[in-house]
Amino acid sequence: MHRRRLPWPLLATALALIVAACAGDARTAAPSPAGPPQVHRIAIAYDISGRGDGGFNDIAWKGAKQAADELVVELKEVTAKLDDTDNDRAERLRLLATSGYDAIIGVGFTYAVPMQTVAAEFPTAWFAIVDDGTVDAPNVYDILFAEHEGSFLVGVAAGLKTTTDKVGFIGAVQLPLLQKFEAGFAAGVTHVNPDAAVQVTYLSQPPDYSGFGDPPHGKEAALGMYDNGVDIIFAAAGGSGAGVHEAAAETNHWSIGVDADEYKLQPADIRDHILTSMLKNSNVGTYGFVMDAAGSSFTPGIHTFGLANGGVGYATSGGFIDDVRAQLDALAADIVVGEIVVPQTP
Amino acid sequence: MRGPRGAALLLAAPAAATLLALVVAAAVLQLAGADPVVTLRDALAYGLRPETLVAVVNKAIPYYLAGISAAIGFHLRLFNIGIDGQYRLAAFAAAVIGAAVAVPAPIHLALIVTVALVVGWGWAAIAGLLYVRRGVNVVISTIMLNAVATGVIAWLLSPERLGQIAPGSNNVTTATISETGWIPAIPTPAGGLNGLVILAVLLGIGYWVVLNRTTLGFEVRAMGLSERAATVAGIRAPRLALLTMAASGAIAGLVGLPQLLGASHRFGLDFPAGLAFTGLSVAILGRNHPLGVAIGAFVWAFLERSAQVLDLAGISREVVTILQAVIVLSIVVAYELVRRVRARQERRYVAQTVEGAPA
Repeated sequence: MHRRRLPWPLLATALALIVAACAGDARTAAPSPAGPPQVHRIAIAYDISGRGDGGFNDIAWKGAKQAADELVVELKEVTAKLDDTDNDRAERLRLLATSGYDAIIGVGFTYAVPMQTVAAEFPTAWFAIVDDGTVDAPNVYDILFAEHEGSFLVGVAAGLKTTTDKVGFIGAVQLPLLQKFEAGFAAGVTHVNPDAAVQVTYLSQPPDYSGFGDPPHGKEAALGMYDNGVDIIFAAAGGSGAGVHEAAAETNHWSIGVDADEYKLQPADIRDHILTSMLKNSNVGTYGFVMDAAGSSFTPGIHTFGLANGGVGYATSGGFIDDVRAQLDALAADIVVGEIVVPQTP
Repeated sequence: MRGPRGAALLLAAPAAATLLALVVAAAVLQLAGADPVVTLRDALAYGLRPETLVAVVNKAIPYYLAGISAAIGFHLRLFNIGIDGQYRLAAFAAAVIGAAVAVPAPIHLALIVTVALVVGWGWAAIAGLLYVRRGVNVVISTIMLNAVATGVIAWLLSPERLGQIAPGSNNVTTATISETGWIPAIPTPAGGLNGLVILAVLLGIGYWVVLNRTTLGFEVRAMGLSERAATVAGIRAPRLALLTMAASGAIAGLVGLPQLLGASHRFGLDFPAGLAFTGLSVAILGRNHPLGVAIGAFVWAFLERSAQVLDLAGISREVVTILQAVIVLSIVVAYELVRRVRARQERRYVAQTVEGAPA
């Protein structure tokens, strides 16, 4: 008596699937029309965190949504999975393109390599990638942000407002993208306050992206810093930032938000500890892309959104930095004209 | 026991499991506010296009390698959660060394594969040694070692050390391996099939041969059936556990190669995480049999690929995760039921034979 170990269950499952599929009719592909740039259906493909993060993805969506409303076209959203490879992402973009979506936005640098492949396969569709400038094709719009410029300004605010000469930076995941925030912030702090020290911490290391959505971890890190004498923390930490703001409120210190104007997102008892927020207006980029594609003014290649064109900035809600705004705006003008060059790497 | 009733029993388990999974899927879809029939039909229509099927096979290759790695450990009840760390460290090392040398193609490929095998082997052997020498639970030690691997890679993969960032990019990668270290895709009318599929097939055959036709395989199977009996028979349990763990790690080391040799040609932040649990699930689905694991990996990849349509239809793709979990659970439960029924039948059969035999 020996047990047989043939994989019958799987054979049966596969068979059932095949039989069921034969009963269905194949989905027909709707190729995008040739001719001048026009947009009929918009799709936005997120990286793993997806919409509802209260920050970066939501803002990117806002721009696409605004464009979709103005053009009165459909807007579709899809999200990546944790163990996705380049092939999966390429297949996701391909599926969108074959389903008739002709303005397709990939949010995050992980879509770079897949988009390079898929954009060539669908020359009549329009593609945009957020946070990457390496995709080079006649129908791809690369959206980059000068996060270091916006971070510089909130760094200046922190440098002017600190009373302990110790400020903190909490990044979600140690990625080059977030190191741009760190570099700009530290440069801003020391620009106005050479004596101030900047403590830096990242919540996780890639490919562990938990740092983007782990408020308790953010809170622990922040409490540690406040204990250490830090009185202002810049939380470039996605969803984990909520924990940092909580820690600031509990210990009566300041925190600085990121991407959105977080003063408007947090409850009253917490928002009074949010000094300002570094705004990353990804909606400007996604909206610009769709409208350019729809209005026959599409230019492929890198589009950088910085202080000069409203891509980044700082929030003034709460009025906590009203006394230094003049200084911030003067420095912002210096950055725009190139008098100050903000570093992009720490 | 090989009569029609035995065969019917054998088919009953998978049939019941599939049916249960489909019913649950339909119920979940209904709850999510979608028409189950239309949705499942759309997903299948998309999943069975030739282009999608090729993509499914490509996706299934790393799942298969992870599944075989997990299956090796399962024979000795070792849960190798460390597949994730072993594969990433191995792929990283293979990418760095592969990009650093310039040698003719066969040597280059052999070198890359060997590095991947050795690094995976070595990293898993740490957990194996801790288990054998100190009795440290493999689940715990491999989870810890995953975190250590993540840290080591994060430290090394920075522009000051072994990483590089292309201008305008936000991805850190190793240097690109030269073309002598690439494995070309196998062209099919529906798109390129990853060339590593051949390695996967050879590995499956090798796994079967070692397990069923060698002394080592016999020892592993004996140990898996009854540790006490095997020890009494003179099999050294610690040595075998260490060997099995290291072998599982070596195979885990190969998991990243389809992506490294067949697609990206460099290691970067975009290498996926979370393959350990996929490997364990796929091995359970395939009941540790090479063919079963292959089908398990295919079904897993098929479900994930078809799920892309759900997103388009406005349904949360988590439905597919539920479906995958239900399938694994129902298969385990169904096989356990069948095993009990058969055990009872065997006892009855033996009893009857003994009663009926002349004294």
